[in-house]
Amino acid sequence: MKSNSITSQINKKTDRAPLAYVGSQTSHEEDVFGALFDGKVIKRFVEYLRPYKTNICLAIGAVLVVTFAQLSIPLIVQHAIDEVILVDKTDSIPLFLVIIFFSALITINYGANWLQDRLIGMTGEQVIFDLRKAMYSHIQNISLSFMDKTETGRMMSRLTGDVNSLQEFLENSVTAFGDLVLLFGIVIIMLSLDFTLGALTLSVVPILFFVRIFWLPRARIAFRYARETNSIANGALAEGIRSVRTVQSMRRECVNYHLYNKKVEENLSAHLKSARMAQVMVPVVDTLTGAAMGIVILVGGALVLDNSLDIGVIVAFIFYVQRFFDPIRSLTIQYSVMQRAMASGKRIFEVLDVPISIADDPKAIRAEEIRGLVEFRNVTFSYDGVNPVLENLNFTISPGETVALVGPTGSGKTSITSLLHRFYEVSEGSILIDNIDIKKYEKSSLGEHISMVLQDPFLFTGTILENIRYKTDKATLEQVVNAAKTVGAHDFITEMEHSYETEVEEQGRNLSLGQRQLISFARALVANAKILVLDEATASIDSHTEKKIQIALKKLLKGRTGIVIAHRLATIRGADRIIVIKNGKLVEMGPHKSLVKKQGLYSQLHKLNYASFDDVRVD
Amino acid sequence: MKYRSYAVIAIGTTLIASLLQLAVPQLLGAAVDDTLGLLGTSNESASSIRESLVQTALLLLVVSILRGFFTLIHNYTGEAVGHMIAYDLRLAFYDKLQKLSFSFHDKVHTGELITRGMLDIEGVRMFFSTGVVRLFLLTILIGVGAYLLLSKDLFLGALSLSFVPFVAWRSAIARLKLRRLWLALQERMGVIGRIMDENLTGIRVVRAFGAENYELKKYKIAADQALELAGQRIKTRVASTTIMTYAYFLAMGMVLWIGGLRVQEGSLTIGSLTEFLAFMTILQLPVRQLGLLVNSFARASTTGRRLFEVLDLDATISDLPHAKNLDIDKGSVCFENVSFKYGGNDSPLTLNKINFEIRRGQSLGIVGPPGSGKSTITHLLSRFYDVSDGKITIDGQDIREVSLESLRTHVLTVPQDPFLFTSSLESNIAYGNPWASNDSISEAARIAKIDTFIETLPDRYGTLVGERGVSLSGGQKQRIAIARTTILKPSILIFDDSTSAIDAETERQIREFLKTPMQSSTTIIISHRLRSLIGVDEIIFLENGAIVERGSHKQLLSMNGKYAELYKSQTNLFEEENFEK
Repeated sequence: MKSNSITSQINKKTDRAPLAYVGSQTSHEEDVFGALFDGKVIKRFVEYLRPYKTNICLAIGAVLVVTFAQLSIPLIVQHAIDEVILVDKTDSIPLFLVIIFFSALITINYGANWLQDRLIGMTGEQVIFDLRKAMYSHIQNISLSFMDKTETGRMMSRLTGDVNSLQEFLENSVTAFGDLVLLFGIVIIMLSLDFTLGALTLSVVPILFFVRIFWLPRARIAFRYARETNSIANGALAEGIRSVRTVQSMRRECVNYHLYNKKVEENLSAHLKSARMAQVMVPVVDTLTGAAMGIVILVGGALVLDNSLDIGVIVAFIFYVQRFFDPIRSLTIQYSVMQRAMASGKRIFEVLDVPISIADDPKAIRAEEIRGLVEFRNVTFSYDGVNPVLENLNFTISPGETVALVGPTGSGKTSITSLLHRFYEVSEGSILIDNIDIKKYEKSSLGEHISMVLQDPFLFTGTILENIRYKTDKATLEQVVNAAKTVGAHDFITEMEHSYETEVEEQGRNLSLGQRQLISFARALVANAKILVLDEATASIDSHTEKKIQIALKKLLKGRTGIVIAHRLATIRGADRIIVIKNGKLVEMGPHKSLVKKQGLYSQLHKLNYASFDDVRVD
Repeated sequence: MKYRSYAVIAIGTTLIASLLQLAVPQLLGAAVDDTLGLLGTSNESASSIRESLVQTALLLLVVSILRGFFTLIHNYTGEAVGHMIAYDLRLAFYDKLQKLSFSFHDKVHTGELITRGMLDIEGVRMFFSTGVVRLFLLTILIGVGAYLLLSKDLFLGALSLSFVPFVAWRSAIARLKLRRLWLALQERMGVIGRIMDENLTGIRVVRAFGAENYELKKYKIAADQALELAGQRIKTRVASTTIMTYAYFLAMGMVLWIGGLRVQEGSLTIGSLTEFLAFMTILQLPVRQLGLLVNSFARASTTGRRLFEVLDLDATISDLPHAKNLDIDKGSVCFENVSFKYGGNDSPLTLNKINFEIRRGQSLGIVGPPGSGKSTITHLLSRFYDVSDGKITIDGQDIREVSLESLRTHVLTVPQDPFLFTSSLESNIAYGNPWASNDSISEAARIAKIDTFIETLPDRYGTLVGERGVSLSGGQKQRIAIARTTILKPSILIFDDSTSAIDAETERQIREFLKTPMQSSTTIIISHRLRSLIGVDEIIFLENGAIVERGSHKQLLSMNGKYAELYKSQTNLFEEENFEK
């Protein structure tokens, strides 16, 4: 739409509506409601309930007891009235016996109620934590190509929102079961106490169902719309918070406020509409309750007159009628909870069903010690199976040697390092470490021998110490400090307010990019792997730190096999050998001096004298 | 308060609805007595009793219909009040966040703010939507009901209400506990959310270190703690709700017992006993909801407090009363003895007595190691923070004395790591001026050398940015940021290392393009590529917040100091190469 307005107006020089939005312009519409019953989802979900079988059975038992007690109370009252209170004292059961029975019943009810709520609540929480953990640990193992395609925000909403709606469902479903039993119980008791009166009283129920059938689809649209406007407004708020620095420097506060106001207004009216929709059922239910009680009094009164009904039954009926609509009401609420849960469950199991494309070979070996000999043998690789990113790559790196990968953007350098780490699987050929195919190693042991420093140094929440230590949590403070000293990070760390205990701010904002880079170097050093893969930061590192980094790099690479995606001349020249990649093919290989003399692509790049090779355009 | 009328309606209708509800047990009691009367009476009086039965039944129907109607109104208006309050809170919260200074946003995690804006407002809304109305309803039901019952039979009435004080006492205790648990659980869930979020965003680091198990362990510790708290919460809640129900049924048993004895004695009718029992049935649901209510109160008081913590903050940086607009004449910028620290008194100085002056059309280059305070200078000039000491003037006007709006119209920074919105490219470029013409958007794109790239995209300027649209490289993002800034034609333009990801040749071309609009603007360039600074009028070399060297490129080179050393380190490679040739 926007592109049309551009093309039609680009020559007109007319003003048009402001190009201002808040919140995402792409709709994140995901099905809020699914089918009412999805057998597959239920089946999968049941797997997660299995460990709590005993608790669930107990809970169901408790629900039955509670329902039974609830049903019995009016009966006891009826009995008390008809058989005890209204009968001559002499030949009746004493009242206090009835009361003792009543007390016993409510005590049982108390115990069962306690057990039911506790078991349901606890099991619900446990199952949900299990499920979330299962997703989380599955995500740790699914291939990066899936993660590349998935937005973090959407994954997070599956891990939190979707899991929560399953919890809601789980907790409600046991009570829903109780409601159902209660409903049937009331029907049976009413009919057996007096069939005519029972049938007449229950005649109001079909009317309620009929009204509900008309009401539900409309109400669902209103409820759904309210939820959607909620997430739109929340999205806009989140964006506003994340972009606050830009907003303030561009003075968009006013414009944004008005735009946000519109979204929140829409949200308000959607909620008011859905509230109207929800409340409209109240008078209906109340009218029907009134009608049912009227029937009990009129018909019941007539029956009493005929001497075919005891007065206590009328009292019991009054009790039942008052309780009757509660389960119907909560069951219809349950309906949308169930739909929501089905949709959420489907999305959750979608994630859990993403296959682990890179799994350990059953006969995989642990790599205890390695020398660090790396070989790429006829390696071809493609992300999509169609366009090869790497083609027939062959090279060997000796233990302790440092190799610089050089080439224009998109030539496939990062893919080489990702393959070595088995983030992805090679399409053809093989990669060998110490002459053994990497597929034959256990993945976890491979990770112990290959350290990786990424271009964008990611720091976690926690102290600097924790960040350097990271996975190697057994590393002593001394080891950490030594690593930091080696890479030249010690000085700036000790200058910070709490030294190594300084908390890293969100996204490492209290550290410069260069400092974060040095910390990630120290992290790699502490991990102490034989093979080091380093994706050098592009030009965004400042020259001061650059110098430090060059020194650090040398120390880092000492005694290790190094593969460096290099952008800086200094780094490239420091390498033992240079591999020049272009369009996924190896074009040149050799030490700096000989490549310069060769007058090939490398010397051509080199002559351009850029600080970085990355943005150099090569035809 | 515009929701006052709604609140009044809600309260009024709640009153009516609860009174109507209280009429039901009385009608039922009368009906039972009437029916009982039928048993022992002659035919003539039976017909009049029947008539009264019909009357009672009809009355019951009418009362129920009316009650339903008034319940509809009070529920709706109650919810409406909640939603309106939430609406106001959302706007106020958004507005406040936009206005709070950088120092606030530095300290508070964005995730936490988002949670406050979403969950906390929802908690407060729930409280007003349902909590308040229900509490009011319950109070009236118990209050008026107590009066009716006690006046009918003091002892039996007291018995049927005996569970209420117990429930109130229990819920007060539970409220305190639950509130504490709720807070702790919220905090733990926040930690879990952060761990998951970081795991997803940092997934490459996780994989690179083979740290999957470590990450799982980290998650498990946090999850176990949260589960433990959730369990405690459930235990506390269940313990209090079930004992409340128990108390209710015990009271009912007592009523049945004592009432039954009274009926046997003949001092009470069966109808009155029914009335007492029916009244208790009416109370059963609200009493059960008391538990929920307690929860909602606990939640609202914690969330409300957290929310108002933010809303009550004063924007530390705001206009002075009657602040004038910045009057730009020459556009000369002057730092006089400017010192600055981010933290409190004992925190280190980030800038220490900085002095410089840039005249109109001139440019200043800033060089220095990371953390030396370069970016801080730009933040101070736009007044995202206030100076700790000294002053900054533009054309002789202290920037603290002019309106923020006018200051930030004239002073603009191109950041190193710009924030791009999930929106079209054109609205990203026109972010600071959404009314900009298409021509000026494409002109800005041309200056930033991003136009040819945009033209190759299928939707051109309408192409969406982000995960569902085009993903941009660091250099492309920086160029969008340059376009976004230059379209506003600021009088004072700052480049905060904003060409770091752009190759040297393109950077040179952009600077060429910029020369025309730049001639009228005062420019500050922070760069690590010293070649970008060769043409500027003055260069200052910052170290630990202080200027250690200053002068033109040539002067600095001849000084043979830190600048010269740095320059050499960036160029000696080439010289060596020449030497080899």
